[in-house]
Amino acid sequence: MREAARPTSMRQFRQAGISVRLAVGGVVLGGLVVLASLISLSLGPVEIPAGHVAAIVLSFVGLDLAEVSRTEHLVIEQIRLPRILVGAFVGMALAVAGATMQGLFRNPMADPGIIGVSAGGALGAVIAIATQLTGLYFLALPSFAFVGAVAATFLVYGIAAVGGQFSMATLLLAGVAVNAFLGAVISAIIILLPDNEALREILFWLAGGLDSRAWEHVHISAPLIVVATVVILVRARDLNLLMLGDDEARALGVRVGLTRVVLLAAAALATGAAVAVSGTIAFVGLVTPHILRLVLGPDHRVLIPLSALAGAVFVIVADTFARTIIQPAEFRVGVLTAFVGAPFFVLLLIRNKRQAYAL
Amino acid sequence: MQTEWTASIRADELGFRVEAKALLQRVRLHADQGQLVGLIGPNGAGKSTLLRAIAGVLRPQEGAVWLEGEELDSLPAKDVAARMALVPQIAPYTHGFTARELVLMGRYPHLGRFQIEGAADEAIAREAMELTETDEFADRTLDTLSGGERQRVFVSRALAQQPRVLLLDEPTANLDVLHKLRVLDLVRRLVDEGLTAVAAIHDLGMAARYCDRLVLLNGGRVLAEGPPEEVLVPEIIESAFGVRSAVYRDPVTGSLTVSLIAPADENGSHPPEPVAKGGNGRAAQHPQDSRTVGPGPRADEL
Repeated sequence: MREAARPTSMRQFRQAGISVRLAVGGVVLGGLVVLASLISLSLGPVEIPAGHVAAIVLSFVGLDLAEVSRTEHLVIEQIRLPRILVGAFVGMALAVAGATMQGLFRNPMADPGIIGVSAGGALGAVIAIATQLTGLYFLALPSFAFVGAVAATFLVYGIAAVGGQFSMATLLLAGVAVNAFLGAVISAIIILLPDNEALREILFWLAGGLDSRAWEHVHISAPLIVVATVVILVRARDLNLLMLGDDEARALGVRVGLTRVVLLAAAALATGAAVAVSGTIAFVGLVTPHILRLVLGPDHRVLIPLSALAGAVFVIVADTFARTIIQPAEFRVGVLTAFVGAPFFVLLLIRNKRQAYAL
Repeated sequence: MQTEWTASIRADELGFRVEAKALLQRVRLHADQGQLVGLIGPNGAGKSTLLRAIAGVLRPQEGAVWLEGEELDSLPAKDVAARMALVPQIAPYTHGFTARELVLMGRYPHLGRFQIEGAADEAIAREAMELTETDEFADRTLDTLSGGERQRVFVSRALAQQPRVLLLDEPTANLDVLHKLRVLDLVRRLVDEGLTAVAAIHDLGMAARYCDRLVLLNGGRVLAEGPPEEVLVPEIIESAFGVRSAVYRDPVTGSLTVSLIAPADENGSHPPEPVAKGGNGRAAQHPQDSRTVGPGPRADEL
């Protein structure tokens, strides 16, 4: 038995009440977010000692404790901090959307991109780059990506809801079809593109990355991601029941149709906002909720908030590696998360072979 | 018909179709407070469909369900769930929830949106689990339990819901004989204390023994309705199930018992007495058959 093999202390933690799991998990993961951010702030082409980092961060909240160099202050304020914040929000969005999709699809292999959000976002971004709108307007790329993500979601949902009979199985299949179609359109654009510079930009964007993210990116993505997360949190208990089936949820007082649409829309909104500012960062949404579920159990009231924190840690750490391992060049964070995520995904497949997943 | 209007739960002329196939046709059913009504009928008769319609899980195209005098459609779903619970026939895949967590879900309809289950809810869940003897595996995940154990956990969850109306879809299908009696005894006791229950029960003898009234469904229609003695008569059983039977009072338990003799369609091809089957060599090889055949040495010993 899998459970018997786990250490006792972990099993006891799994069986503890919701508030205990939330509090302990929140303190541990919240601490990790802060720790990872501080380490990430000090690393880079300009090494900044931990003491200076702390002093600079404290100066933002009005506490001037020590004199630090103007350069260090600028590097942190204008380069590293916004990048880390974008990473944290993107990780949060992807992990929360992943946990939500896995609950809605009753399948731990679902990821945020399953309903076409990522592919739609990618197409939007590719169009913005191919038409060279990115050169004209700074936020053209994220805007196009976001519109593409939302439009693709509507399309997939529309296909699944056509004729009034909504089904999650059709939603999944429509997602597969739309993903494939959008992928083909992107390939066609890439092949037909005469401009090598734009081509490089597209490939770069598709790999997912957080390079030169600025405060504007924080400002456009963070509010959407926070709102979506709150909406999902409010319905976390309903998600528990939905995971057991529509009948179960209805019999326990959940308005199934409405709840499902709200949760899908919120997950799509969070993913769309993340894709708009970071491209497609793979496997965060798949892997993060999964690891947490093993430790914390499947209750979404615990899983959703802690996924938000764990996703932030995952992306901050991955991005710190991405921008420091081959200095002065940069690795793509999306490539790095896939390096870690893909083998883990295979491991999950092998582990879960025995279990049957109902759709 | 006076009681119909004061009934705890009443289904009025329910009709439900899936494409051209009518699963329920003008079905009427009512259960008064403190009554256990048994739903019987062959496979595909519409028992589960009717229970799901009464529970508000599926919406019939015709007719209405009345819960304590209020039309189900006019009540908020959460309000319904606080008054009425459904034990599903097939326990769904439970994704790693423990038995205790599942039972605690029964408290959701009684909690505010941001409220977490408190000590009182924990106590209600614990008590519900003690009643079905599932408390010993409260902390195990449901996928590690047997089918019967899981079924009892779902009964516990329905009890934790503290419903005034309890709907059970084949609650004893996976249970061993001991737990079959325990669960039905429990439901009977709760009904005697004022609960209203409607249960689809496969076993005709069990249905007769525990229920105040039986409703026999066949092909989506009510074929017979009334106290067990009026519904369980050989002619009705044969027309619904296609099985010849004998109905009598069990000398030990005193309750109505149905002995199923043979499929009715074998009537023509076999001699009238079922015992004549013993005459053919294949059947005689089964010791059980030779015992029912009757005048053998074993019967003399008894």
